[in-house]
Amino acid sequence: MEELVVIGNGMVGHRLIEALHDRDSAHRWHITVVGEEPRTAYDRVALSSYFDGATAQDLSLGQVSGPHVDVHVNERATRIDRAHRTVTTTTGRVLPYDRLVLATGSTPFVPPIPGHDLPGCHVYRTIEDLDAITASAHGARTGVVIGGGLLGLEAANALRLLGLRAHVVELAPHLMPAQIDEGAGSLLRNLITDLGVHVHTGTASTAVHAADHGRVSHLTLGEDTRLDADLVVFSVGIRPRDDLARTAGLKVGERGGIVIDDTCTTSDPRIHAIGEAANHQGTVYGLIAPGNAMAEVVADQLLDGQATFTGADTSTKLKLLGVDVASFGDAHGRTPGALDVVVNDAAGGRYAKLVLSDDATTLLGGVLVGDATAYATLRPLVGSPLPDDPLTLITPEGTTALGADALPDSAQICSCNAVTKGELTQAIDHGNHDVPALKACTKAGTSCGSCVPMLKQVLAQAGIEQSKALCEHFPQSRAELVQTIRATGTTTFSALIRAHGTGHGCDICKPTVASILASLGSGHILEGEQATLQDTNDRYLANMQRNGTYSVVPRIPGGEVTPDKLIVIGEVARDFNLYTKITGGQRIDLFGARLEQLPHIWRRLVDAGFESGHAYGKSLRTVKSCVGTTWCRYGVQDSVGLAIRLEERYRGLRSPHKLKSAVSGCARECAEARGKDFGVIATDQGWNLYVGGNGGFTPRHADLLAGDLDEETLIRYIDRFLMFYVRTADRLQRTAPWIESLDGGLDHLREVIVHDRLGIADELEAAMDEHVASYTDEWAAVLADEDKLARFVSFANAPTTPDPTISFTTTRDQPVPRTPVNLGMPAHRPQEATR
Amino acid sequence: MTTTTQTRPTTWIDACPTHRLHPEDGLAILLPDHTQIALFRTRDGHLYAVDNIDPYTGAAVISRGIVGDRAGEPTVASPMLKNVFSLRTGQSLDDTGVHLSTWPVRQGRTTVQIATRAKENTP
Repeated sequence: MEELVVIGNGMVGHRLIEALHDRDSAHRWHITVVGEEPRTAYDRVALSSYFDGATAQDLSLGQVSGPHVDVHVNERATRIDRAHRTVTTTTGRVLPYDRLVLATGSTPFVPPIPGHDLPGCHVYRTIEDLDAITASAHGARTGVVIGGGLLGLEAANALRLLGLRAHVVELAPHLMPAQIDEGAGSLLRNLITDLGVHVHTGTASTAVHAADHGRVSHLTLGEDTRLDADLVVFSVGIRPRDDLARTAGLKVGERGGIVIDDTCTTSDPRIHAIGEAANHQGTVYGLIAPGNAMAEVVADQLLDGQATFTGADTSTKLKLLGVDVASFGDAHGRTPGALDVVVNDAAGGRYAKLVLSDDATTLLGGVLVGDATAYATLRPLVGSPLPDDPLTLITPEGTTALGADALPDSAQICSCNAVTKGELTQAIDHGNHDVPALKACTKAGTSCGSCVPMLKQVLAQAGIEQSKALCEHFPQSRAELVQTIRATGTTTFSALIRAHGTGHGCDICKPTVASILASLGSGHILEGEQATLQDTNDRYLANMQRNGTYSVVPRIPGGEVTPDKLIVIGEVARDFNLYTKITGGQRIDLFGARLEQLPHIWRRLVDAGFESGHAYGKSLRTVKSCVGTTWCRYGVQDSVGLAIRLEERYRGLRSPHKLKSAVSGCARECAEARGKDFGVIATDQGWNLYVGGNGGFTPRHADLLAGDLDEETLIRYIDRFLMFYVRTADRLQRTAPWIESLDGGLDHLREVIVHDRLGIADELEAAMDEHVASYTDEWAAVLADEDKLARFVSFANAPTTPDPTISFTTTRDQPVPRTPVNLGMPAHRPQEATR
Repeated sequence: MTTTTQTRPTTWIDACPTHRLHPEDGLAILLPDHTQIALFRTRDGHLYAVDNIDPYTGAAVISRGIVGDRAGEPTVASPMLKNVFSLRTGQSLDDTGVHLSTWPVRQGRTTVQIATRAKENTP
C-alpha cells in the first residue's frame, strides 16, 4: 500500500478523501489526514446557519472512515521534509508519504489598521470564530463588519441574528464588487437596508478604538467619522495558506498561493495542492466549486487517471440576508465589445443584467439580484446562442418556459459538482429514471440543490414520464384527486371511481380517498361506505398489533395530565388487562385490547374526560412540550399552553401522512421541536416556526420558516402550512420530502405561507377554521351510534365470544402476545389454535 | 385444509342476517369447530368466504381487510402486512406458495349461509 498524506481537513480536503475512498476499490492508498481544527470537516459555506439554530453536528460533513483512512484533528503540520518525504506535526508525529496533498485553505486577511487586534475584533471563518463572536456579542448592541463582499454580508446577517444592530463598511463604491456590478450593488444595498442593516460604501475603516475597559468602543471611518461598535468582524478577503509550502521550497505565486499545473501538481511532482491554498495560472479561487473540481482531479490522478483542471466557473447563486444574488460567466462584461441588457426594477426589488457578445447572439454572463430563478436556466447557456429575445429571458417568467430543451449537451447543469446535461442524459440512458437516482449516480443537485428543477426537465426531455398515477384504479396523483374532489363536490368513493377511475379500488386508493374526504370535512370516518375505505388502524379507531389485538391511546394534549385522569388510565389498563407503555409523544399507550373490548374501554376513558388521540390516523399525533415558563427557570414563553392550543386546534386533521409537532419554551429545545413536521421554539420576542423535520428512517431537522412571530401570526402560518400540505402532497409523503419536491423548495414554501404569493392564504385559513369548528371526538361518536357500535364485535354470529387464537403470557409483570409470530414469513396455519 | 375436514358431511350454517353484510365490508364468522371465516359481499353482489387467519402472521384479521380488485380479480388485502389475496380462489396475488382456503357460501332466504367444509380445490 502507498501512503497518502493530506494536510488540511476543510471542505476540499474532505472532498478529496471522500472521492478517493469511493474509487480506490483496490485499496491502493492508505490515507492519513492532519487537520488543525478541533473537529472534522464541516460545511463552511453554510456557516451563518450556525446562528439560525444549526449545531456543529448539523454542519458536519460526516467522517470518511475505514481501515485505510486515519483522520487526526487538533494537530497541525509544522514541516515538510521533501528529501525524506515526511511531514512533521505539532504532536511530534512524523508521517512518511509517497504523495502529499496540501489542502491548507486560507486565512482571513486582517488589514493592519490601528486597533485591529483589540478585544472584540474578530474574523469569520471557523466554528471557533463564531463561538468567539457569540461570546463577544453578549451585552453588545452594535456590530460592524468591515468588508461588504459575500462573506461580509453573511457575517452581517450573523450579527443581526445575534440581536445586534449591524453595520457593513465597504471600501469599494458598491457591495459585492467581485461578483456584481454597480446597478446590482445599489439594489442589493436598498434591499438589505430595508432589513435593518446599515451600509456604508466607498468608505475606508481607518482605525479601531477601545474604551477604558480595553474593549472595542468605536471605529474611525475615513478621515474623522465616528461609528460606535461593540464588536468588529473583519471580512475583507482571504490569503492562501502557503507558508508550509514556501518553507519547503515549493513555488508560490507573486501574490501568494501554491503554484499548480493542470494536474493540480506543485513544483514537486509528489506534492499536490488544492482549494484556496492553490494558485492556478495566477488565480486563487475562493469558492467551493473550483476546490471540489481540484479535489476530484487529484483523486483521479492518484489512481492514474487523466483528469485535469483547466480553470473553473466562478458562477455563484446565493441567498444573502434572504436576498437572492447570482452572478455567472463574464458578469462584469470584460469581454471586448460585450453588450449589456439590463432590467433595473428598483420598485419591484429586481435587477437583472445579461452580458452578450458584440453581435448580441451569444450569452457571455449575467447578474441577478432580488429574484434569481432564471439562474438555473441562464448559467448553463453561457457560451451558447441565445434561444430567445434577451429581454424576454430576464422578465420574471421568461425562462420558465425555456427549460432544458434549449441547452446543448455540453451545458453544465450542476455547477457545484460540474455535471453537464450530456452526463445526465447518459446516466438516464443507464437506467437512472428519477431525481434521487440521478443525484446518487452523478452527484448533480446534491450540494446547493438549485439545479433540481432542471434535473426534472432533463428527465422529461429524455421521455421519462414521472408517473403520477396513484394506482391502477386512478391515473391521477393524490394532489390532482384533491382538486377533482373539491371542484366536483364529490362525497363518496364509489361516485369518484365511477366518474374518474376504473375498477373497484384497492388498499392504496381507498385509504387515500378516505383521507381526502375526511380532510375536506365529510363527517365521521366510519359513516356508511366510508368505513370500508379506511386503512387498518383507522377502520377501528385503534392501532392493530401483531396478534390482531389493538392498542388504545387517549389524547393528552401537550403531555399535561391530572393525577385523577392518570389514575383512570391506570384503572382501565388494570381492569382490561392491558400492557401499558409511555410513548415518545408524551402520552400513554394501552396494548392488547380485543376488537369487542374497544367500545367498553373508550366508554370508561370518555366518561373521565378523555378523547381519541388519533394515534391510528394519518393525522396530527401529538404536540410535545417542555414545561416552559410554567416551571422552568430558563423558560422564556409558555410552551405547554401553546402546545395544548396547537394540539386542540389541529387534532383530527387527516393528512397525507402522520403529523408530529412540539413546542420548546427556550432555545435549549428540550421538546425536540426540530425533529417534528412543524416545531415551535420560543425566543425573547415570540416564536420561531420550523418545518419539515422528522425522525424515523431518514431523520431530518426542521428548517426555519419564519422567526419571532407573535402567537396569532404563528397560528395563521401553521394553518396555511398544514392545509397547503394536505392539499398538495403525495400519498404517504411526509412534510420533509414534500418541501423538497416543491419547485423552489423551502423558499417557495415561505413565499406561499409568509408572503401569500399564490393568493390562497385566506382560503387555507378558512378551510382550517372549518376543520376546527367541525371537529368531534371519533370515539364518543361511535359510542353514541348503534350502527357504528355493531362493527365492534369479534364474530357476526358470536358477538361476545373472544377470538380463540388470542392469548397472552406475562413478561416483566405485563401481558404480551403468547405466540411469537413470524412476521413477513409465510407460516402454516396453526391447526391446534383454530380448534 | 386437512383430510379431517373433508370427511365431515357438508352442512350449511347461518352466518349472519342478509342485511348485516354490507358491500366490501367483511365480517368474521365462527364455525362450530372454531374455524374462523372471513365473509364478504362485493359491490356487484357476489358472496365470498375465505380463511380469516392471515397466513403470514397467524392473526385472525382477514375480514377487516380492504376489498377491491386487481386487474378485475376481486381481492382482499390483509390489514396486517397488506398481502393481497384473490377472493375467488384464495390465492395470494404476490406469492405463489401462499393461499387462503375458500368456503362455499350462498344466499339463503333471510341469511347468508356458509358450508362447514372448505372447497376441495383448495388445500
